[in-house]
Amino acid sequence: MGRTLAEKILLAHSDAEEIAPGDFVMVNVDVVMANDLGGPHAARELVTMGVDRVFDPSKIVVVADHLMPAKDIQAAELLKALKAWCDRQGVTYYDQGRGGIEHTVLIEEGWVVPGSMIVGADSHSCTYGALGAFGTGMGATDIAGAMALGRFWQIVPGTIVVEFTGARNAFVTGKDMILALIAEIGVAGATNMALEFGGDGARALGIDERMAVSNMAVEAGADTGIFPADEVTAAYLEGRTDRPWAAVSTDDDADVAGRVPIDLSGLPPLVALPHSPGNVVPVSDAVGRKIDQVYIGNCANGTMTDLRQAAAVLAGRRVHRDCRAIIVPASQRIYRQALAEGLLDIFVEAGCVVMTPTCGACLGGHSGIIAAGESAVTTTNRNFKGRMGSSESFVHLANAWVAAAAAVAGEIVHPADVVGRAAA
Amino acid sequence: MRIEGRAVVIDQDDVDTDVMYPGRFLGILDDGEMATHLFEGLDPTLRDQLVGDTILVAGSNFGTGSSRENVPAAMRAAGIRCVIAKSFARIFHRNCINLGVPAISCPEAVAAARPGSRIQVEIETGAIDVDGRMFRTTALPPFMVELLNAGGLSPWIRSTRNGRLG
Repeated sequence: MGRTLAEKILLAHSDAEEIAPGDFVMVNVDVVMANDLGGPHAARELVTMGVDRVFDPSKIVVVADHLMPAKDIQAAELLKALKAWCDRQGVTYYDQGRGGIEHTVLIEEGWVVPGSMIVGADSHSCTYGALGAFGTGMGATDIAGAMALGRFWQIVPGTIVVEFTGARNAFVTGKDMILALIAEIGVAGATNMALEFGGDGARALGIDERMAVSNMAVEAGADTGIFPADEVTAAYLEGRTDRPWAAVSTDDDADVAGRVPIDLSGLPPLVALPHSPGNVVPVSDAVGRKIDQVYIGNCANGTMTDLRQAAAVLAGRRVHRDCRAIIVPASQRIYRQALAEGLLDIFVEAGCVVMTPTCGACLGGHSGIIAAGESAVTTTNRNFKGRMGSSESFVHLANAWVAAAAAVAGEIVHPADVVGRAAA
Repeated sequence: MRIEGRAVVIDQDDVDTDVMYPGRFLGILDDGEMATHLFEGLDPTLRDQLVGDTILVAGSNFGTGSSRENVPAAMRAAGIRCVIAKSFARIFHRNCINLGVPAISCPEAVAAARPGSRIQVEIETGAIDVDGRMFRTTALPPFMVELLNAGGLSPWIRSTRNGRLG
């Protein structure tokens, strides 16, 4: 019997000679990531564990992004203590102005290669699957354990293979592909599963859009969501990393838990209505909903691909007078590239706020909170009740075309109705 | 490990960790202070029911979403001794076990439980008594039981350091 991609990665990182779904294994890690929320908790747990030094400082990376720039004194104290801890441990720390949003930073900076095992103190650590890695999210104590031991406990997941086929329509992006999948299998449809993305529709995606897809694997309950490495992956990694890697793929005779076909040819742009990422409808069913704030950014959709789409809509247009728009490039690199391409000027001229890379408003932390009764369209990954502010507010998830078009119209519209069909 | 308590029921599926502990409180490091914000976005009056030994009873996909460990940490600090749900989201379940909070799936026991029900749970066997009615669910894997008996991952690592793990 053959093995799945996820099983091969786990097997290569464990002492086990054979593994099957449901087995308990201890798994060795290649990289352990923490941000400025989980990091301080993990540092505290290491003390409880009686561990003075992390197992290998070269394999640990910490990113300031959720609280950064410090929103208040409490945040400032946490960030100050976190930097001191990183310096003391000798681990890599991406401070304010030097990195950006964790998952984008790890991928851009060469920490992630195909076949690697990466754990992060953030549920969206599944994003690393965009480059063929087994990335998975966990809590701070788990991460402290991985920092102490270099390994963690894991139940081997089954694998669901998602086959994206057919050519995409205009204004349909990776965001819509993962929303379509979540709508199909449900928000717990991949619990204790690894998702694997295949088919010509998956292979046609660039890394930016693969990140958008892998990022929301956890929104279907999955441990991770992996694109097998291919020539697109190889081209992206060229000159970006000196870590060795080899492409791994699922054997033809591997036992998979399920196969889910998604036909892209009939797929329109989608919107996840409040208050669940699984509450998905075609954009046409959401048209006319008044929007108070648009947010384009985050670890799922704050890439150059997203910003270029948003700029194509906003160029020469204005944000509607009853709407606010926030643009959050996901990293310093993206920020500079967008600056160089003139996109930031387009956004500012249109009446958007351009933020520094931060997770702030996405999780209702700071820098763009919404009030009771307000509705938002965002390119983020969660629209739970109260996620971005008041418990009486409403978040709609969509791609950057749809989000930018809503900013111009002040309500949800099909982007073709703002820019014309030919613009996509 | 045998746990007894009275049921507090959250009769909903897909309850996410954002509503159980909203993002604006994530800068808090003290477990006791976290407990004062538990269930803030769901139903703050639930906190008033957490008196004495509580066994939390919940629906399916409980704890979906963010990996924020503040939820089980606040639950532990608020006196929740065990969580029984129809099913759990993976990261939340890991976090409960790692913090020494037993978390067990048993849809039948959840269906039988009412607010205030008297519940007893045998962690090793998966036997659950709800007001005198017996239910049996799949026992947790031995390693998870070992973590729970140690009080969680941190005390387990402290006590087994340099030993063979797993």
